[in-house]
Amino acid sequence: MTLSLKELSKREMRLTPGHRLCAGCTEAIVARQVLMATEKPVVVANATGCFEVSTSIFPFTAWNVPWIHTAFGNAAATCAGAESAYRALRRRGKIKDDIRFLTFAGDGGTYDIGFQALSGAFERGHHMLYVCLNNEAYMNTGIQRSGATAHGAATTTCPAGSCIPGKQHHPKDMTMIIAAHDPPYAAQAAPHNWKDLITKASKGFECGGPAFLNVVTPCPRGWRHETDAAIDMSRLAVDTCVWPLYEYENGKFSLTSDSKRIAEGKKEKLPVMDWLKSQGRFKHLTKDKWMDTAEAIQEQVDHKWEHLQKLCKL
Amino acid sequence: MNIGINGDSAIALAWKQIDPDVCAAYPITPQTIIVERFSDFVADGEVDTEFVTTESEHSAMTVCIGSASAGARTVTATASAGMAYMWEMLGIASGMRVPITMAVANRTLSAPLNIHCDHSDVMSTRDTGWVLLFAENVQEAYDNTIMAMRIGEHKDVRLPVMHNLDGFILTHAIERMTTLDTHDVKDFVGKYTIDHSLLDIKNPITHGVMDLQDYFFEHKYQLVEAMENAKGVIEEVFEDFAALSGRKYEMLESYRCDDAEYVTVVIGSTAGTMKEAVDQLREEGHKVGCIKVRVFRPFPIEKFKELLTGRKMVAVMDRHISLGSTGPMFNEVCSSVIDVDDSPDVVNYVYGLGGRDVPVSDLKEVYMNMIEGKCKKVNFLGVRL
Repeated sequence: MTLSLKELSKREMRLTPGHRLCAGCTEAIVARQVLMATEKPVVVANATGCFEVSTSIFPFTAWNVPWIHTAFGNAAATCAGAESAYRALRRRGKIKDDIRFLTFAGDGGTYDIGFQALSGAFERGHHMLYVCLNNEAYMNTGIQRSGATAHGAATTTCPAGSCIPGKQHHPKDMTMIIAAHDPPYAAQAAPHNWKDLITKASKGFECGGPAFLNVVTPCPRGWRHETDAAIDMSRLAVDTCVWPLYEYENGKFSLTSDSKRIAEGKKEKLPVMDWLKSQGRFKHLTKDKWMDTAEAIQEQVDHKWEHLQKLCKL
Repeated sequence: MNIGINGDSAIALAWKQIDPDVCAAYPITPQTIIVERFSDFVADGEVDTEFVTTESEHSAMTVCIGSASAGARTVTATASAGMAYMWEMLGIASGMRVPITMAVANRTLSAPLNIHCDHSDVMSTRDTGWVLLFAENVQEAYDNTIMAMRIGEHKDVRLPVMHNLDGFILTHAIERMTTLDTHDVKDFVGKYTIDHSLLDIKNPITHGVMDLQDYFFEHKYQLVEAMENAKGVIEEVFEDFAALSGRKYEMLESYRCDDAEYVTVVIGSTAGTMKEAVDQLREEGHKVGCIKVRVFRPFPIEKFKELLTGRKMVAVMDRHISLGSTGPMFNEVCSSVIDVDDSPDVVNYVYGLGGRDVPVSDLKEVYMNMIEGKCKKVNFLGVRL
């Protein structure tokens, strides 16, 4: 698929303005990019969370496509239910349309409470693109830690105290966990690189099975950065290799876009301290007292990055 | 046709005859035979159903909600802990007005762990907006499966329906049962259509919205009306089913109550044993009868009032205890006769927890206690103290 902004600007607006997401939130940006990635009819399932509550407050809706929300920890199962009905009704000749199924959930709804439903849906092979809007904490309930929260980050349930400097654990590597389910497609993406993101979403829609797209989704309120800086944060996540862009397609790992260029030595890999300095949630880590934690984060990022490059060479 | 069959297999047979669009389920004792037999039908191509073997009951009910919202006739089955695990989704199913039907093989809730019958699972769901049907025997478990669909899918109801059968006592016991012709079953349940399918891509609808303080109460009130409407629809469906099968059901079945002074109210398989106790006591000259509750939600409060007014004493049999209070049915039966002039004395018997056997002799004792004035307000039948 050749992507041009001019072409994309003519696509149907499936998520409409007037929703109540915060200023500077990247969720709507990611969602619109994903929804542009197919011209087929789309049915959307959504976990409880920021994106759900801000787009569906009765009697209004921001959705121009069929959309369903049931609960928090079950977005993949909700989508699987709609997809199963589709299979049954197609087989019985009651539906003729060629529909794509899409799930949105936050990191809490993906890494933590929704993980079982996600794993089960992928094991059963439901045809859906599952997109994790990963802002690395429970933002809708007020910035509590999740299994996706970065090591050292301050949240309201792992604050930067005088004794404990924020979260004491590394995040789960959910993209790799999903890749271990061996679906036809899994990838990481970031909204500043719309071309890479839309290409990956498009592959996910058309892969003929379950597809997973984990998207870093900067959150000005939770990450403590300016509302106009979210896209910069997305870029910095990739340039520091905190959030490498890669895909797992039919059993093969490959780096994409900027991450590929960093691996090839064509682009500079920025120090993690640049990332930590950019957001208030890491502010405490820039003090001498917690320099050990900052160093440990750099070590972990380097370790994961080396490992990923090896996987991509296999 | 007359066959010998256990309750679980009878439900699977009804599903086979209905051939629903989607079934999503997770195995749990004593429901397992339902999903095992249905799996056989799927594997042998005897049904065309999309069978989704989920990784949990929470996902099973979620898949059902997604599927029913998308316009598919959807069934499932569970029991006990499985019911508890999907509890969050039960209110979401009714709130989203999806007419899923679910068989529940009643089994107690832990702890201590126990796989046998009582009604602690279903009674914990009584506020969730599901129509609740109960069976006395395998025949009724089969018949309820078929009638449940018509009740829940009716345009004035649009609620999920749970059809209960006592774990092991009915799920695993083989009884003689009369089947209906498959053609007649299909005809009876009719075609499933919904007004606002999630898969209607030309008319996109937002399902499962967020309501704030300004709309939530009104939307809940619509469920109150739907439950009220269900009373009339249930009567209609019972009439139609009687015309088809010759078996006429009532929301409350009255057994030898005409001149009865002492009456019990009972749910599920114990009703059969209770009728035997009534027969034996009638032989001995006592004026006793029993009322079997087929429909617990909507609660047939007017019918209770009609049947209980003028009795000397009523014993409400609860196979569950709301700890810190009484059996749940007791309170509701009391409320049905609180405003009548000739209100009977009402007492509560909690019995059969964790599958404790309920012999005829114990049930006769309930009546004798009433007759001899030995009842406390709340009594525990058969427990070693």
